[in-house]
Amino acid sequence: MTMKTIKILGLLVAMTPLALSAQERFATRNGHITFYSSTPVEDIEAHNRKVTSVWDASTGAIEFAVLIKAFEFEKALMQEHFNENYMESNTHPKANFKGKMTGITADEVKTAGTYVVTVSGDLTIHGVTKNVSIPGSVVVGPSGVVKASSEFIVKPEDHNIAIPGVVRKNIAETIKVTVDLSLDPL
Amino acid sequence: MTFALYERLLHFPMIRSLFLLFLLGASPLAAQDDLLDLLGEEDAGPSYTTASFKTTRVINGHSLENTAKGVLDFKIGHRFGTVDQGIGNFFGLDQASIRIGFDYGITDRLMVGIGRSSFQKTVDGFAKYKILRQCDDGCGMPITMALVASSSITTLQAQDLPWYSPDQQDYFTHRFAYSFQLVLGRKISERFTIQLTPGLVHRNLIQTINEKNDVYNVGISGRMKLSKRVTLNAEYFYVLPGQLREFTAQELAGNPDLGFTNSLSVGFDIETGGHVFQLHFTNSTGLFERAFITETTNRWEKGQIHYGFNISRVFTLVKPKEPKDI
Repeated sequence: MTMKTIKILGLLVAMTPLALSAQERFATRNGHITFYSSTPVEDIEAHNRKVTSVWDASTGAIEFAVLIKAFEFEKALMQEHFNENYMESNTHPKANFKGKMTGITADEVKTAGTYVVTVSGDLTIHGVTKNVSIPGSVVVGPSGVVKASSEFIVKPEDHNIAIPGVVRKNIAETIKVTVDLSLDPL
Repeated sequence: MTFALYERLLHFPMIRSLFLLFLLGASPLAAQDDLLDLLGEEDAGPSYTTASFKTTRVINGHSLENTAKGVLDFKIGHRFGTVDQGIGNFFGLDQASIRIGFDYGITDRLMVGIGRSSFQKTVDGFAKYKILRQCDDGCGMPITMALVASSSITTLQAQDLPWYSPDQQDYFTHRFAYSFQLVLGRKISERFTIQLTPGLVHRNLIQTINEKNDVYNVGISGRMKLSKRVTLNAEYFYVLPGQLREFTAQELAGNPDLGFTNSLSVGFDIETGGHVFQLHFTNSTGLFERAFITETTNRWEKGQIHYGFNISRVFTLVKPKEPKDI
């Protein structure tokens, strides 16, 4: 092999991962995360529709970034207290997740179907990281759109989120979190 | 080309370096190990500073905060008598000056409110508009500025009015007073907020010719968070000299407590979910601008201090619309 052919080959080789990644990486900027806190006294619900997430189907790596201030509540004051008193969003502006999704391969994502998956990795909320393993499902639509969803439980005390006695009856000890993503090829 | 083949090709040093060069030069994205960086910087839009104060009043005067859109804030303000009255009046707790009011947020920037005070049986109303909003992210505005316009009317019987005299006609317009304030301030840190409130109180009727209808004043106030839910607040209104009635030595000899003075208040905000309790000491009796800015006569140095509290309870009347799921 001459130098020249090696160079040409090299270029060709270098271009292939771009072509591959176009099919294997999926992302969204407007994922939807909801949380519910339910107690006999009060039900609290908040929606964040600005969740960013990237999934690399070839390696299984998946990441989330969730802007805390983007959670919207029914009651404005609740939203203010959520940011100021509980999440301290000026100090910890984002919640993050970094991990791997298993249960679907890079080849499977090319064919429509529903896949049961497990996502495990590091969940960071309020600056406190916990290793978690969360069940979910991925639906590959006929048009190649990938929808991922999951439901899991987060405990405020696991992430050092203090809940004072006066509102103890209003805020549940376990918060139900649902994730809904519509991922587009990147 | 299969993955295995190109992986094998990468073992040639030349190809590997070319490959890396290509990645670095033409495709910087692929070289990142943080997947989220692939999306680049997100543009979340401007993020305005929130919670500069626990509620829309510092103590008597307006703070930088508004009630949010669709939120009704029911406020009860209560000032006991002055503590210097001693045990006979239970240190002032036997007497009370009360204001009951409702504030409502028409938008996140515009709020309106009405109130009824026992002090001179006064009804007051105001509108408050946030002209500038301090920004944490995405715009760079360093301060919040709000305009507050209010008016008050006393509903006392003519003979109970402070300016009553039998030979004077009781004109309806005489009962009005107005106040305009610019509330300028900044949440300097998570714990500390400071604001300046230059303002003008206009009184339709004054009692003597050597006082002014228009009274220019400036308030300075601030808060410091002691914990997440408790803050220490202080507020001082300075009235520029020569605008309020000056009493002669003779008049003061008869009643040394006649002279007007500036309003100074110190207190705590305690927030418990939907309520804010404000507990404070102040030398002002009334809870609307004309009363506490131009008609404060009690003096701290004489112990003429009122213990008082405000209670704020919010109700969400109009819920924000949910965006449709795509």
